[in-house]
Amino acid sequence: MTDIQTFLTQNEEKELLRFSTAGSVDDGKSTLIGRLLADSKNIYEDHLASLKQLARKDETPDLALLLDGLKAEREQGITIDVAYRYFSTPRRKFIIADTPGHEQYTRNMATGASGANLAIVLVDARHGVLTQTRRHAFITSLLGIQHLVVAVNKMDMVDYSEAVFDDIRRTFLDYAAKLNVSDIRLVPVSALEGDNVVVKSDRMPWYHGQTVLDILEDVQFLTDRNLVDLRFPVQYVIRPHQNARYYAGSVLSGVVRPGDEVLVLPGQNRTRVKSVSSFDGDLEEAYPPMSVSLQLEDEVDVSRGDMIVHPKNLPHVDRRFEAMMVWMGEAPMDPSRHYLIKQTTQTARASIDHVDYRIDVDTLHKVDVPHLALNDIGRVALTSNRPLFHDAYQNNRLTGSFILVDYLTNHTVAAGMIIDRLPEDRVPMDVDAGSEPRASTSKRSSLVDPDRRIARYGQKPCTIWITGLVGSGKSAVTFGLEAALYEEGYSVVVLDSSVVRNGLSRDLGFSAADQAENLRRVAECARVLNDAGLIVVASFISPSEEGRRQVAERIGTDRYMEVFVDASLDWCRKHDTTGCYVKSDRGLLRNLAGVDYPYERPNDPAVKVATETDPVDRSVSRIIAVLKERGYLLARP
Amino acid sequence: MPRYSISHLMQLEAESIHVMREVAAEFERPVMLYSVGKDSSVMLHLARKAFYPQKLPFPLMHVDTGYKFEEMYDFRRRMAEEYEADLIVHRNEEAIAAGANPYDLGTQRCCGLLKTQALLDGLSEGRFDAALGGARREEEKSRAKERFFSFRDRFGQWDPKNQRPELWNLYNCRIGQEESIRVFPLSNWTELDIWMYIHREDIPVVPLYFAREREVVVRGEQLIPLEGQARLLPGETPRSMVCRFRTLGCSPCTGAVRSTAASVEEIIEEMMVERISERSTRIIDHDQEGSMELKKREGYF
Ligand SMILES: Nc1nc2c(ncn2[C@@H]2O[C@H](COP(=O)(O)OP(=O)(O)OP(=O)(O)O)[C@@H](O)[C@H]2O)c(=O)[nH]1
Ligand SMILES: [Mg+2]
Repeated sequence: MTDIQTFLTQNEEKELLRFSTAGSVDDGKSTLIGRLLADSKNIYEDHLASLKQLARKDETPDLALLLDGLKAEREQGITIDVAYRYFSTPRRKFIIADTPGHEQYTRNMATGASGANLAIVLVDARHGVLTQTRRHAFITSLLGIQHLVVAVNKMDMVDYSEAVFDDIRRTFLDYAAKLNVSDIRLVPVSALEGDNVVVKSDRMPWYHGQTVLDILEDVQFLTDRNLVDLRFPVQYVIRPHQNARYYAGSVLSGVVRPGDEVLVLPGQNRTRVKSVSSFDGDLEEAYPPMSVSLQLEDEVDVSRGDMIVHPKNLPHVDRRFEAMMVWMGEAPMDPSRHYLIKQTTQTARASIDHVDYRIDVDTLHKVDVPHLALNDIGRVALTSNRPLFHDAYQNNRLTGSFILVDYLTNHTVAAGMIIDRLPEDRVPMDVDAGSEPRASTSKRSSLVDPDRRIARYGQKPCTIWITGLVGSGKSAVTFGLEAALYEEGYSVVVLDSSVVRNGLSRDLGFSAADQAENLRRVAECARVLNDAGLIVVASFISPSEEGRRQVAERIGTDRYMEVFVDASLDWCRKHDTTGCYVKSDRGLLRNLAGVDYPYERPNDPAVKVATETDPVDRSVSRIIAVLKERGYLLARP
Repeated sequence: MPRYSISHLMQLEAESIHVMREVAAEFERPVMLYSVGKDSSVMLHLARKAFYPQKLPFPLMHVDTGYKFEEMYDFRRRMAEEYEADLIVHRNEEAIAAGANPYDLGTQRCCGLLKTQALLDGLSEGRFDAALGGARREEEKSRAKERFFSFRDRFGQWDPKNQRPELWNLYNCRIGQEESIRVFPLSNWTELDIWMYIHREDIPVVPLYFAREREVVVRGEQLIPLEGQARLLPGETPRSMVCRFRTLGCSPCTGAVRSTAASVEEIIEEMMVERISERSTRIIDHDQEGSMELKKREGYF
């Protein structure tokens, strides 16, 4: 083989290590990277020349300027946003993210660190471990970076003192003991002079460890990958012709092979992988981080956002989860509104149920706060409008991470790392909290037989669930129905939103989670009243199909009858007496169904009332007719 | 390498494909900027891989200044035919008709009209909401600051001090009316990676990259090819020289380098000893310190 061919084969075999810098302002991050590039001969000569041009005659060129590429950065002498640099040694290719130290730019620091395998944390030997050092070390560990190199820098300014280094080492390790990092090494360096960066320094004979570059070349990081749990979110569906479907995506974790039995979430259908395809032909297997496409044996309905997994190894499928979040929006978190959440290839809506605590990065103590503000880090419970397929971030970085986007400004306002769920009692409740047991199947201990109640009241208990927009005429129908049933001699109770909101649910707000909890309470009430033999007429907007389904299941689907009061939004606005629409228009009220919260029209209501054309008493008679037809109302003597 | 490890080139490939698929899935009207150079060749190849066996789900657009090398036009024709790509050629006809050229206007203004303006017009004419470009972070230090998905306001401008955070592989693709995103799937590739990949995948590139005898004038540090309407400055005499191009821009403003590397392998070999960055042959980049950032803010790629 010729030299060049040897070189080419060698280079195709290179490993790729991504690392980022961290540490306080001016600790020398950019200088260290500049030094690393210069001493490993990875700087282009014309770049060096332009540096020398910038420096005044008597100065040595400022290596940080190799990284600080923006005009504003050079003017202020600080890093504002991440700079990416590349270098390689015969063994590895490195992608460096040089991040800003200033607290104001924490989100850029997190951007740079999010994909890294290793982080170099800089500490200025004169100042020691600062709040910013701790903040960055904490974010680094939060992001799951397993390898930390702590470079104690500017040793030239402390006479290369071992005592200074030892002191900093102790302080740092003391703090880091509370973090979740497996591999920490400390190196005394001078980025400016080059000691222990690439070349071992003879000015610190007391240090026997490796140089920064040696560590970068040696660190074992491939085992950090998850090859166990297959997670293949469908990113894009390729349809070359009518009958062929290729599900394109990246293997986030695990290994997939042709013939594997798989499940496509959220469905429950099993099928097999027909082929793992690529432009270069079919593959025997695919593993992270490969981008491939899968063909499946059976025709199943698969679209972007679905996730292909092995049936015996499932992610959490849930609308509720808790996460550590870094808030990045200029405006603080607003728990009363919703955000867009992007997780794997899904985008959904999510609202904040509550903030458990904020972390004080200095002490790692938990602080009680109502919300998170810019650069805050804390633990938060969220609910999404659709189930997300996720794992704990700790087990799987790419299925455990998400971002929140403000749908008004389109800004990315937060990054989140999902944590394993708390026991059920700590999780905010949902209509459907815990899927079993259901009301209709749970054991009743009453000594009164339900049939005797039916005989006494002359009715089979049921709940007539009246759904519709604000102002659509739900109340007229509800109270009309109550009166009519009463007149005919039946025993009936009304559960009405305003009454419940003022009493039973007065502690709740209007976030998605609170609305769900409100409905859960109503459903529980209705169930108890039905158990007692009474007919319930419940009038609630209940905008989501899923929410209504859960209510029905809680009450018992055989006792649940849905009535849809239908009127156009315009009509509702005109006839609204509550002032909700006006408030919503002025921005005083959020999550109003039909306006800034979707109202999902019932698919299959027992009765549909067309408010705009039908008089109330006719609608009431129709409902009573259906109740009789279904056998809920026994004939009166 | 141990089982289930994956070489850095294959990782870069996977990352680029992921980014392109995300663009196709999330945007309504994406377009791929195709500049005919080596990075575009690689980007086009990756796009074919990303959507195989389907055709590209977006058109290609070449922003043509009219000053490109003849061999680039030939190559462009060949590629469009071979790959059945939907190719849009956009030119600032008004400025071209008015005779815009770098000698009279200076490189800055000429570039502003024929490239930046033409690009912005081309994007808005096509109502494109996402434009894939082959720029790499390694090329230049303001590019080193760029996100994969880089937000542009209604005027196509970049605000480098206020970029969206970009974590993991979760790209925020949301934009408002008339806003757009520039997407750089090759962000993490270096020039050496590009050549090694061209070698590995046998990707066709314009022959201008390979050394042969060419007519040039020596202007300062640069070798300026004599092509099309190239003008000689007083005192310059054309010479014949074995040289090649490291990047391809407009013929009056792209310098060649002395080199005898006539194949991909020889180019890679040369790069191992070469310590000058590729963009040093672009006259426009060092007109003034920070000039690339300035141009990028205004909408240049
Ligand atoms: N004496 C001495 N000075 C250093 C050393 N390393 C960096 N400096 C100086 O410290 C100052 C700040 O260095 P930078 O590299 O810009 O610091 P940074 O950590 O990148 O700062 P931000 O990115 O803004 O957070 C510069 O003036 C450097 O020249 C060192 O080892 N010894
Ligand atoms: Mg810096």
